[in-house]
Amino acid sequence: MFLPLCFRRGSSLSQRYQSSQNLPDDYRCGKSLGPVESLQEHPQQSGKILIGYSRGLVVLWDLSTRHAEQLFLGKQQLESLVWERSGNLFVSSHNDGGYSVWAVTNGNTYNHQPVSSTIPYGPFPCKAINKILWRTTQTGSPVLLYSGGMPRASYGDRHCLTIQQDKEHVTLDFTSRVIDFFTVHSIEQDKEFDEPSALVVLLEEELVVIDLQTPGWPSLPTPYLAPLHSSAITCSFHVSSVPPKLWERLVNAGKAQQSRQYAHRSWPICGGKNLAPQPKQQELLLTGHEDGTVRFWDASGVALTPMYKLGTANVFHTDCDPSDDPQDPSDDPDMQQEEEWPPFRKVGCFDPYSDDPRLGIQKISLCKYSNKLVVAGTAGQVIVLGLSDERSDHLVDVSVVDLLQDREGFTWKGHDRLDPRLKPAPFPPGFQPLVLVQCMPPASVTAVALHAEWNLISFGTSHGFGLFDYHRRNAVLARCTLHPNDSLAMEGPLSRVKSLKKSLRQSFRRIRKSRVSGKKRPIATPTSKVQEANAALAEQEDVAPIQRRIEPRSADDSLSGVVRCLCFADTFLRDGTHHGPTLWAGTNSGSVYAYALEVPGIGLGRVCDRGGAGESSVCVEAVLGKEIQLMHRAPVVSISVLDGRGKPLPDPYEASQDLAIAPDMTNAHSVLIASEEQLKVFSLPKVSAKTKFKLTAHEGCRVRKVALVVFSSTAQEDYSEHTLVCLTNLGDMHLFNIPALRPQVRYDCIRKEDISGIASCVFTKNGQGFYLISPSEYERFSLSAKVLTEPLCSVQLDRPLEHLASDGTTPPQANGTHKNQLGQAEGQTEEPPSSLSSPMSDTPLDSPLSCADLTLDSTGEITVEDVRDFLTTVDEAENNLKNIKEEEGRSTGILIN
Amino acid sequence: MNKNHRVPSNRSLSAVEVKSKFGAEFRRFSLDRSKPGRFDEFYGLLQHVHRIPNVELLVGYADVHGDLLPINNDDNYHKAISTASPLLRLFLQRKEEADYTFGTNSLTRKKNTVLSAVLLRPDATRKKTPVIISLPKDFRPVSSIIDVDILPETHRRVRLYKHGQEKPLGFYIRDGSSVRVTPQGLEKVPGIFISRMVPGGLAESTGLLAVNDEVLEVNGIEVAGKSLDQVTDMMIANSHNLIITVKPANQRNNVVRSGGGGGGGAASGSSGRSSDSGASYYGYSSHGGVGAAASMPSHIIQNFPVGEPESDEDDEDLVIEAGGEAEPIRRASSNYSMPSLPRYEPHLNLRAAASSTSALSINANGTLPTSGSSGSLSNANATSNTPSPDRAVDRRSLEEDGTVITL
Repeated sequence: MFLPLCFRRGSSLSQRYQSSQNLPDDYRCGKSLGPVESLQEHPQQSGKILIGYSRGLVVLWDLSTRHAEQLFLGKQQLESLVWERSGNLFVSSHNDGGYSVWAVTNGNTYNHQPVSSTIPYGPFPCKAINKILWRTTQTGSPVLLYSGGMPRASYGDRHCLTIQQDKEHVTLDFTSRVIDFFTVHSIEQDKEFDEPSALVVLLEEELVVIDLQTPGWPSLPTPYLAPLHSSAITCSFHVSSVPPKLWERLVNAGKAQQSRQYAHRSWPICGGKNLAPQPKQQELLLTGHEDGTVRFWDASGVALTPMYKLGTANVFHTDCDPSDDPQDPSDDPDMQQEEEWPPFRKVGCFDPYSDDPRLGIQKISLCKYSNKLVVAGTAGQVIVLGLSDERSDHLVDVSVVDLLQDREGFTWKGHDRLDPRLKPAPFPPGFQPLVLVQCMPPASVTAVALHAEWNLISFGTSHGFGLFDYHRRNAVLARCTLHPNDSLAMEGPLSRVKSLKKSLRQSFRRIRKSRVSGKKRPIATPTSKVQEANAALAEQEDVAPIQRRIEPRSADDSLSGVVRCLCFADTFLRDGTHHGPTLWAGTNSGSVYAYALEVPGIGLGRVCDRGGAGESSVCVEAVLGKEIQLMHRAPVVSISVLDGRGKPLPDPYEASQDLAIAPDMTNAHSVLIASEEQLKVFSLPKVSAKTKFKLTAHEGCRVRKVALVVFSSTAQEDYSEHTLVCLTNLGDMHLFNIPALRPQVRYDCIRKEDISGIASCVFTKNGQGFYLISPSEYERFSLSAKVLTEPLCSVQLDRPLEHLASDGTTPPQANGTHKNQLGQAEGQTEEPPSSLSSPMSDTPLDSPLSCADLTLDSTGEITVEDVRDFLTTVDEAENNLKNIKEEEGRSTGILIN
Repeated sequence: MNKNHRVPSNRSLSAVEVKSKFGAEFRRFSLDRSKPGRFDEFYGLLQHVHRIPNVELLVGYADVHGDLLPINNDDNYHKAISTASPLLRLFLQRKEEADYTFGTNSLTRKKNTVLSAVLLRPDATRKKTPVIISLPKDFRPVSSIIDVDILPETHRRVRLYKHGQEKPLGFYIRDGSSVRVTPQGLEKVPGIFISRMVPGGLAESTGLLAVNDEVLEVNGIEVAGKSLDQVTDMMIANSHNLIITVKPANQRNNVVRSGGGGGGGAASGSSGRSSDSGASYYGYSSHGGVGAAASMPSHIIQNFPVGEPESDEDDEDLVIEAGGEAEPIRRASSNYSMPSLPRYEPHLNLRAAASSTSALSINANGTLPTSGSSGSLSNANATSNTPSPDRAVDRRSLEEDGTVITL
């Protein structure tokens, strides 16, 4: 609002100015003075603005008298300008990596020399200082903050921001590009000093806030803006209604972690008031990351708040840190400052580079009652962890389970297994590893199940599955599921890259095609006709190769042995009168294996028979009960056992601790097997098909994720229904009642092109779900009318110059789907840009309003190109405007992408 | 049925002269060409005239090309009658001592050998082994045209039986656009088309599908509005018993319904109705009886009302119970032996046999246990009209015990 107005005057100004003044030719760009890089209003006298031209000329312009008051003839190409609070000084930053301080003294029309001029990281050629801030303090010398300016040759590729005050000098070294930054400081006119309290840096991948009041300038933990993707998210797991005890211990563990790295000051940005009611129950979202960490997020409300971070790398002996504790923060400023110049300090938690890709987390399972956590990773590692409030040094038990079971003719060509650490390692309070099970061959773990009541874990890879008793530390069962013809299973993840590349290429081709056909409509100029014809040609060319082979799945399809799901259940497997522990496993080729387990002390019969044997000496045994081969051979996505009333069996401990209604063990149980193509309910113990629904045969879509969900009635307090929710490859949700499997309703949810979104989807127990709409954002959706998580908040806008956005309450947004892209900020609604408590004139380039009118109504769809396309149509006369806006357009695009 | 078209109109002879040979005996009799009757009546007549009432017979006849072809159902019986000119030569055999092989050149060969012996040119003919046409018991349906009576003539509903056999279905689909007539005039709409046939695949060998045929329905579900990938998945999900409704690109071979329509019209068009497909099944006899199966579709006609796609026979899952306390089974999947097969008595109808084979097929690699399917086609004709109820009873009794269960 402010900017265009000002520019209009500015352009008229430059014409008059040219006619009246004589300037060195260096500052001219043809007839005009060239592009304007910066405009800054005088902090004390609002009628005066400072205009910085790209060529180095700076003009102090009086708007009321319409004449140039002073001229400052800089020698270097200008990047940015900033006023000192009093208006007696301003600072300019330059393309050569230097900055100059200029004095504004009355009566001096021409200023040739700055008060001082410095190239902080010289003398070798440096990169430009893109932006500079100058903040005064009451106690000492001003704080100088600037981005860039690094020596071109040695550190030109780093993303840095420097904070300087007297002798204190810190170079914040970020992992992603600095987009903008500002300080939070006092803005009352009558205060004499800025007194900056915090520095807020917007990076391409995260937002970092530095506490400027605490010595050493530590960073502040972000309460709700933490980047989810500090390392790429590889899996996620949701826990509903977390017991308060576990919650408290997690919070404490998280606090202990943060106290070592972060300042304790409160968050300096007021993001408005959260009007949402307190969540009725605590929910946890666990995300597994590529670097081997598991992050615990408070998912009870609208914003995901980081609670606790668990690293698993320290269980292993990795190349980089043979002796250090990798969890210790290495950003102690004193350690590094002595030797290194510039004095770098790593800041921010976005770190896309994983030390070892084998550390990546693939599957997570948490028992909320016994506080046992199972984490399984890329190199076949399965770690059982227990929660402890004390720091502990101990050695983790390691056992290796061979899943090939003497199967001959296979040699693993993939990565090696991770080397377990041989010496005891220190483990901080929180989840501490107890047992490490390593699968051989060390293929990525594809399924994991935990039954804490029986002290059993089960895990599956592309080769088979295993059952491990973590209480007695012995392997109970290993079963190879490989098909003899499956050659691909041996080659590790590498050979799969090839096909991935191919499919990527195809999808790109398709995207390009759709873009071509979509774009040509609005323009119909003669020149575009050629393009149109070309596009049509390209389209034809592209159509021809898209054909699909119709062949049923055969037994020797590759990767048929991949174990897709595992499940423990207390049910009737062998006969209709005795129930007992069972383990179910489903593979990629439609095979289901059911094992009857004999767990000492659990179930009827056996233990009593053996009577005298001490419990500790008795081992868990597994006996194959049944094998089911689904004729359609589609991958088995999920297996769950339903009790006599057709309800899913409760989780371990839920029944025994009276936390759930005990399952009906008097009537016959049934097992629900969901494959990618069909849903089927079989009776137990005699496995005969009761009901089924052939989803693929009817709809042509394939099941990707399945969950059993409880939907509560909004009208009747105590009425609820168990429902099967299916997410398909088309991104829609199909709901079926159980055990009848009648389709209930269908929703579009995720775009079908969004493969990673579909793959990342997790359901909660009560009808909500999360999926990644970008690598760094979860979208939360609700299928239930009862359970909604709505962002309700109010933002107090305190901006006297603004005429719009006055009422201050953001309307409650519907629980969004992908169509509702404005709900993007849903997880973070308390972060509207207008909430910045610093005056906007500080950062004119990033005023959200100046770009809002360009992009407002197409937030979701817009790309960088679109922005540019739009901008090229802007009238030539607004050249100056364009230049700056283009700058902005770029950053807008990045923000959205 | 089709005799109206087969009989040349200039032939006024109403009687067909029949010369029937059984062993060394000949019998001569005549049949009314316009009223040939049914095959089982004819079969009884043959037993009667040869005075062999309780002997199981294989009936063959010499067609105009001198080939020995079987007569074992109404269709090929009618064909034999209608093409006899003027004499119909029959060759009867006891079923258990059959040594005739049906096939092309199977009769002339004997003459030739005699002739060639005279002409001292034995080599030339000895190399030329005749194309064998197998006995009906070796056949099973691989494809059929169904629902002729309820579909528009421009459409064809083809059923492909993939009994877990090795032969690939063998076709590809693509997306494209087709022109539809709508109230607004002609309109281009997206459609799914057959883009390629794999040589030797099931789809090609039936001769019922062709490149550029537009796919309209898959197992009774319209594909309009569905993406190529969706249709692909639908077809694969139904691949055990795939029913595709197509609009053939070549509309010249369409079934022409006889005037009466109704019940009689249920007979399919592929049984030699058009000269093209008639030719094709002779030609395809080299593919192990595919053509012969196509020539007797009246036994396997099933009407599938739209919206009720299929019976459930296609995907019986295999359940293996592990024996009590045994070691966890480590055998490879190819070892699932099937000791309980005797339960499948020959009297089970073809479809039951088909389902048993589909259940077994993963292990047996698609080779059909002959004991399972030896219920002959003529029996199947009778039983297939009483489909699910008593078959379900059959199945239920099968589920009761035994270590291998098909559901």
